[in-house]
Amino acid sequence: MRYESPTTTSEAATLLAGESGEAFVLAGGTDLLVRMKNMMVEPELVVDVKRIPTMRSIEITDDGGFRIGAAVPGVEVGEHEALGRAWPGIVEAAGLIGSDQIQGRCTIVGNVCNASPAADTTPALIAADAQVEIIGPKGQRTIPVAKVATGPGQTSLTKGELVEAILLPPRPANSGDAYLRFTPRTEMDIAVVGAAVSLTLKDGVVSKARVALGAVAPTAIEVEPAAAAIVGSKLDDGALDALVKACRAACKPIDDRRGTIEYRTEVAGVLAKRAALIAFERAGGIQ
Amino acid sequence: MKHDNSYTGQDFKVIGTRVKRPDGIDKVTGRARYGADASLPGQLVGRILRSPHAHARIKSIDISKAEALQGVKAVVTADDMPVPQGLPGDLAHMLENSMARGRALYDGHAVAAVAAIDAKTARKALQLIEVDYEPLPHVTDVDAAMQPDAPVIHDWIYTSGVDPKPEKPSNVVQRTEFGLGDIDAGFAEADVVVERSYKTEATHQGYIEPHACLANIRPDGSGELWVTTQGPFVYRNVCAQMLGMDIAKLKVTSSEIGGGFGGKTHVWGEPVALALSRKANRPVKLVMTRDEVFRASGPTSSTSMDIKLGATRDGKLVAARAEMRYGNGAFPGIWGMLSCMTSFACYEIANCKAIGYDVVLNRPKVAAYRAPSAPMAAFGVESAMDELAAAISMDPVEFRLKNASREGGQSHYGPVWGPIGIRATLEAVRDHPHMKAPLGPNQGRGMACGFWFNIGGQTCSDLNVGIDGTVTLTVGTVDVGGSRASLGLIAAEELGIAYEQVSVNIGDTGSLGHNDMTEGSRGTFSSGMAAIFAARNTIEVLRERAAKMWGIPVEDVTWEAGQAVAKGSAHGNLKPLTLKDIAAKSPKTGGPIAGHNEVVADGAGVSFASHICDIEVDPETGATKVLRYTVVQDAGKAIHPDYVEGQFQGGAAQGIGWALNEEYIYGKDGRLQNPGFLDYRMPVCSDLPFIDTKILEIPNPGHPYGVRGVGETSIVPPLAAIGNALSNAVGVRMHHVPMSPPRILKALREAEREAC
Repeated sequence: MRYESPTTTSEAATLLAGESGEAFVLAGGTDLLVRMKNMMVEPELVVDVKRIPTMRSIEITDDGGFRIGAAVPGVEVGEHEALGRAWPGIVEAAGLIGSDQIQGRCTIVGNVCNASPAADTTPALIAADAQVEIIGPKGQRTIPVAKVATGPGQTSLTKGELVEAILLPPRPANSGDAYLRFTPRTEMDIAVVGAAVSLTLKDGVVSKARVALGAVAPTAIEVEPAAAAIVGSKLDDGALDALVKACRAACKPIDDRRGTIEYRTEVAGVLAKRAALIAFERAGGIQ
Repeated sequence: MKHDNSYTGQDFKVIGTRVKRPDGIDKVTGRARYGADASLPGQLVGRILRSPHAHARIKSIDISKAEALQGVKAVVTADDMPVPQGLPGDLAHMLENSMARGRALYDGHAVAAVAAIDAKTARKALQLIEVDYEPLPHVTDVDAAMQPDAPVIHDWIYTSGVDPKPEKPSNVVQRTEFGLGDIDAGFAEADVVVERSYKTEATHQGYIEPHACLANIRPDGSGELWVTTQGPFVYRNVCAQMLGMDIAKLKVTSSEIGGGFGGKTHVWGEPVALALSRKANRPVKLVMTRDEVFRASGPTSSTSMDIKLGATRDGKLVAARAEMRYGNGAFPGIWGMLSCMTSFACYEIANCKAIGYDVVLNRPKVAAYRAPSAPMAAFGVESAMDELAAAISMDPVEFRLKNASREGGQSHYGPVWGPIGIRATLEAVRDHPHMKAPLGPNQGRGMACGFWFNIGGQTCSDLNVGIDGTVTLTVGTVDVGGSRASLGLIAAEELGIAYEQVSVNIGDTGSLGHNDMTEGSRGTFSSGMAAIFAARNTIEVLRERAAKMWGIPVEDVTWEAGQAVAKGSAHGNLKPLTLKDIAAKSPKTGGPIAGHNEVVADGAGVSFASHICDIEVDPETGATKVLRYTVVQDAGKAIHPDYVEGQFQGGAAQGIGWALNEEYIYGKDGRLQNPGFLDYRMPVCSDLPFIDTKILEIPNPGHPYGVRGVGETSIVPPLAAIGNALSNAVGVRMHHVPMSPPRILKALREAEREAC
C-alpha cells in the first residue's frame, strides 16, 4: 500500500487518476481506517488530503454562503460561530457523527462520500440545498449533495475525482434548519431514521421549505410533498399532519438488524415533525 | 491443616478503607500488559477459519494450497487435535467447540486454523483452505428446537430427568426440577393468580478485550501459554488434557484482563493456538477479532419462560410455578438448571416448583455471564411479582417484604438460609429517598430483587516477607475488579502492618498450587480467606523467629499490632520486635520467612440485592432513557468499598444494556446479523445515569471477616426493574427482552388499539 499526502487538490486528483489498483481518499479516516482494519478493503493507494490548505478551512463565500473544506473535522464545524448561527441544523448533524473522540477526525465530506443511506449530515445538507465542489482530471464541477450518493456505498464520482468542499448558500433572514435522528444509543450509533428540515419565513409564515430523510431508502431523499405541506403555514396541526403523512409515504426502508420497515416509517414522520418545529422556532416563528 | 473460617467480629484497622489500587497507574497509562501484549522471538500469527453455515456437514477440508503458500508454517484442522483417550465428556465438547469435528454446529464454528509469518499471509492462507460443506437444517430458537419436528443437532442427546426415559434423541439435554410443597394445593389457596410467558434474547458479556493468547510448545513437548483468562490453572488443566500433555509440562500465565464476566472461564482459541505452535514448532500469537468474539465465544442463553404466581388478598405468596427453557448453544450445559435454582430464592413460598430445560441450538456454546441464568429468571418472576402486587393493590416493596426469605427458612433449591440480606435490602429500598422523588410525564419508577449463590472453592496463597520487612502476597485468582487492593488490605490487616507494605502478585501456574476459576464472585472471598490463613501461618513463623532472637520459649511470644511482644513478667523489659526487625535478622534465624495456605474455601455466603430505577419513555418513538438508578446490595463486609461499589455499578450497567438494547439477532439462514459493537448495542457512558449504590453489611458467618461475594448479583434485578418502571411510565407490560424502541412502540400501539 502506498500512502501519499499531497498539498494541492490537483496533485491529489492526479495521484488518484494514475492508480490502477484500489485507491481511497483519506480525510478523517473514521470510515476508511475501520474498513481497512476489518479487512473489508485493501487499498493500493491512500491519498491523505489533510495537508491541502484549501481543504482545511471554513470560509465565508463572496455571496455570503459558506465553503467547508473536505478535511475540516467535526469539532471545527461545531466551533464555527457564524456557521452555527446560519446553519444550526447542519452543525448539529455533523456533531452527531460518532462520539467526542471521533469528532476530532470525522469530516462532513467524508460522511457524504461514504454514501451510507444513514449518513447524518446528508439529509441536513440536502435540506440546505448544499452543493459539492468536485475536482478531477477534467477540472472542477459542482453538483448538489443529493447527487453524490447513488446507492449504499456508491457515489457518482468518477475515477480520479474527489470532493474539495461543501458549498452552502447564503441564508436569508428568518430562516432556520434542524436535523434529528433516532438511534437506540446516544452516541456511537448509526441513524435508524434521520430527518432534516430547512425553512424560511415571510411575515411569520413558511415561505420556503426543504425536507429530507435519511435511512429510509437506498440514499437520503428529499421529500418535496412534505415541504409543500408546510409552505404557507405556521405549522398548525393540519400542516404538520400533512408533513408527517408525506414523509411516511416517501419512506421505502428495509427490515434489518437496525430497525423494521414499520418502525422506520412511523418514526420518520415523528422526527420530521419535531425537526420542522425546531427549524420554525429557530427562524423566529411563533405558532 | 485445619483452618477456622468462622466470623470473628473483630474491629478493623485498614479493612474498609479506600486505598489506591496497585494496578491503577499501569492501566491508565497504557503500560499494563493484556492478552495481546506479549511477544516471543520468532512468533507467528495465528488465524482461524470459521463456518459461514449455521449447521453443515464438513465433507472435506483441503489445506494443501494453504500449506504451500510461502510464509505459512502450519495449518491445523480437527485431525491435528485428536481426542485423547479418557478425555472427560465436557472437555471433549470444549475441544470440539474449539475446532469442528466433521460438522460445523453454528455460524462462526472454527473449522481450520493457520500460523503464518504475518497477518497478511495468514489471511491469504485462510482464503486458500477449501472446505466442502453440505448444509444441514438448523435451529436457533429455543422453543422451535423443542418441537418434535425440529432438526436434531446431536443424535446422542437423550433427555435426562424425564420418566420414562426417551427412546429418541432430541435437542433437550435435561429437565431439572426444584421446589417445595404442593403447588396444586397452593394455587387452590390463592385468591389471585398471574400467569405470563416471557422471552429473553441472548446477550454477550461484551468485554472490551477480545480473547488473545501467545502459545509456545517446545520440541520436547513442554510449553507455555500467556493468555487473558479468569483462571490460568483451569486453562492449564483443560488445555493440557485436550492436547494430551502432562499438566505440569504446561505453564499458563494470566495477563491483565480487559473484562471477562464469565466469558473468560472457557477456552476458545487457546487449544488451537497450542496445536498450531506444536505443529509449527514456533510460538503462535492468536488474537480474536470482535466479529469472532461475537460469533464464537461467550453468549448467554436465549430463553423462553412461563411463570405463574398465586397470592392471597392479604399479600401472602402461596404458590409459584416456573417453566424455563434455556438455550445452551451447540453443546450441553446446565443453564436451565441454574435458572431453577435462582428463580424463587428471594421469597418464602410454601408451594413452588421450578422446572428447567436445557436445550441445544445451532448457536455458539453458551458460557457463564455474571450470575449466569439468574437475570432472565428474575425478569420473569419479578415482572410477575409486580403484576401480582398490583392485582391485590399492594405496594410492590411491601408485597416483597411480606414474602421475603428469612434466616432459618428453607430455600426452594436446598439449603436452609443463614443470615441473609433480602429483607434488609428491601427495607433500605423502602426507606430510600429515591423512592419518594417526584416523577414527570411519561416517567415511571420500578424496582426488583435479585439473588446469586456465590462460591468458594480450591484456593492457594503464598505470603513472603522480604528482608526489609515488606510483604509479597501471591494469589492464584485473577484481578478482575480491584482484588489486588482488597487482598493487600487483608494481608495488612492480619499482619498488623500498613497497606503500602504489601505487594500483591497474581501467580502463574508454576508458582502456586491449583486455584479454581475467578468466577462465582469468589475472588476476594476465597483468596481473601487463603490470604488470612497464609498471614496467620506467617505470624507463627514470625513468633518463632522472635523467640529465637530473644532466646525465650515461643509460647511466650504474641503478635500484636504488627510486632512480636514478649509476654509475662519474666520478659518485661524486652522491647517488642517489629516485622522489619525480625525480617532483617531472618537470614541468620532460619532463612526466608513465609506463610502459605491451601484450602477449599467453604462457607460462601449468598448475596441479595434490590434495585430502584426511574425511566422516561418517548411515546412517539419508544425510546427509553434511564433517569436514575440505585443499587442496594448486601456485601457481608466491604473490604474495599470502591470496588464493591464498582461491582454494583458494573452489574447494573450491564443489566440495563441487556434490558433495553443488547441482543443476538439471527437471520433466517441461522447467521448472526450483528457481530460487532455497532449493531450489538451495548450502552455507552452517556446512555447511563450515575448509578448510586448502598452497601449493606450483614456478615457472612462462613468468612473470618464476614465477606460475601459481591460481583454478580447486581446484574440480576435490572431487567425486571426496568420492565416494571416501563409499565409504570406508559402502562404497557413488556414480556420480551430487550425492551428495544421498536418493541416498546409496537406494544404502545397495540395498547392504543385495544383501548379503542
